[in-house]
Amino acid sequence: MLIWDLFKMAMRSLLANKLRTFLTALGIIIGVASVISMISIGEGARQQTLSTIAKFGTNIITVKPGQKKNRHVRSGKVETLTLDDAYAINEHIRRITGVAAQVYQSKQLKYGNKNSNSLVRGVGPAYARLANFKIDHGRFFSEQEVKSFRKVAVVGATVVKNLFQGADPVGKTIKVEGNNYVVIGTTEPKGALSWFDPDDQIFVPVSTAQKRIFGMDHVEAIDVQARNIEEIDAIKKDVKQLIRARHNIPLGKENDFFVQNSSEWLNSWGDAAKTFTYLLGGIAAISLMVGGIGIMNIMLVSVTERTREIGIRKAIGAKRKEILQQFLIESVFISFLGGGIGIGLGIIISKTVSKIGGWDTIVSFQTILLAFCFSVAIGVFFGFYPANKAAKLNPIEALRYE
Amino acid sequence: MIQVEKLGKVYQLGRHELAALKDVSFEIERGEYVAIMGPSGSGKSTLMNLLGCLDLPTTGKYRLESIDVQTLDQNQLAEVRNKRIGFVFQNFNLLPRATALENIELPLLYGRVPNPQKIALQALEKVGLADRAKHRPNELSGGERQRAAIARALVNQPAIILADEPTGNLDSKTGEEIMDVFGRLNRDGTTLIVVTHDPIIAGHSRRILKMQDGRLVGENAPC
Repeated sequence: MLIWDLFKMAMRSLLANKLRTFLTALGIIIGVASVISMISIGEGARQQTLSTIAKFGTNIITVKPGQKKNRHVRSGKVETLTLDDAYAINEHIRRITGVAAQVYQSKQLKYGNKNSNSLVRGVGPAYARLANFKIDHGRFFSEQEVKSFRKVAVVGATVVKNLFQGADPVGKTIKVEGNNYVVIGTTEPKGALSWFDPDDQIFVPVSTAQKRIFGMDHVEAIDVQARNIEEIDAIKKDVKQLIRARHNIPLGKENDFFVQNSSEWLNSWGDAAKTFTYLLGGIAAISLMVGGIGIMNIMLVSVTERTREIGIRKAIGAKRKEILQQFLIESVFISFLGGGIGIGLGIIISKTVSKIGGWDTIVSFQTILLAFCFSVAIGVFFGFYPANKAAKLNPIEALRYE
Repeated sequence: MIQVEKLGKVYQLGRHELAALKDVSFEIERGEYVAIMGPSGSGKSTLMNLLGCLDLPTTGKYRLESIDVQTLDQNQLAEVRNKRIGFVFQNFNLLPRATALENIELPLLYGRVPNPQKIALQALEKVGLADRAKHRPNELSGGERQRAAIARALVNQPAIILADEPTGNLDSKTGEEIMDVFGRLNRDGTTLIVVTHDPIIAGHSRRILKMQDGRLVGENAPC
């Protein structure tokens, strides 16, 4: 018996019970559709997050006060990192192209009768380059302006929109904590993350921010730009050594600061998002599993119903293998059908989600292939037991079955 | 062609053993037309199953065209059933969803015979059913169904055709027609074994084997 003939036979019996075939396939349809849409939503979220994070630069090493253990940051009130540490790094560490210390807090900004609560970030002049902020109008402040505690500010696009209604703010004066600051430049918009809008901030010289706005002596982070990514590990080592020496940390004692680079951060973020995707996919896979059990159930009923047919086939010369194949083809076809429709439905669902939710979804070829192979495997796996039961029937008893 | 030697079959029913067939020996030559008769429970169905290679004997030997059937495995038995044996059942046993032609093609498909459709049509012509090729069993009369079943039995040119009460579900007139078909096939050289309890049906054969309590109790020519 050729596979094609077996296929025709399987089709005939599936078509004879169209509704039953469809309902059996429905379990697989729902399973595959949910696997595809869940994974595509998870993947979309991951890619979106990563690409936004990547905009902030990947060759940046950040030194922060506190301690780091296995990616968990343990940070109390540690105020050991200073502006001088930043200057020391700039002076002594080789293979770097920029250093920028920073302090930041949310503060109320005022211009005329307009208010906005934005992040005020006190930074060094290299920060704009390090954090990939491009100047739209005007200029960023200089080292000289940092040294002389000047009250100048560079404002982000969202601030321009909220305080100045989009008008050019360069040369205007805004109030921060009651003090006047002259706007000397604006930055190009970067686009908002879901939890943070990088354009809703203003930049002031770090020294000015420390003394005049926040009233603090320490800095909250020092960003160091590596000349190239391959040298990041070496630079990290040098920076650690330097700061340990400057902070007089004896041998064997833990650092009172930690050093991480953005790609590391990117990776741990990516890992978290991946776990989320797997979780969603896993939950969806359970429904695919339930669909498989549905196939097994119906195939068992079908084998019992068709006992006599199996007896006839055996009497006229069907071998066990051929009976097995015939029933296996039926269950695989059901899951094949379910898989196909499920893929279509899954794509529609993820497109709808991205349209309605404004959320990118990514339907990758791998996801489709995975869902499809998985559903066909389920057809084989759950179809095998009923098919084997049919193949092993005793022809005499099967022929006598009423 | 068929040599049966001290054939015995014991069924295990729970803890009890039931000897359905005991020490049956006979020979059937090519082209014979034999009836196996006996009351129900006499072992004729068991003998039929063994002759049809649907089951293996517990003891004894069964030779079919120089094949020692008792030594075969399941796959080989299936192949013997396909190539050398044609079954005709009391209740026709056609596949309800397939047309008459497709039903008759089926043994050819399992036997991987080329041009199954053409051969199946020839078999249908032989039983005078060529115009019913595209009909499903439920669109055929009882006699037509049995003729389709006969066509299916002979389509692979088997060594023997085994018929189990072939007229049991037919009225006597249709039954006679079926027996005429059998008679014609036999005159054309087909070896026929008919199992029946009906003496009139057995009367069409040229040799009657009588069974009782699992034994062959007599053999005679029809009266």
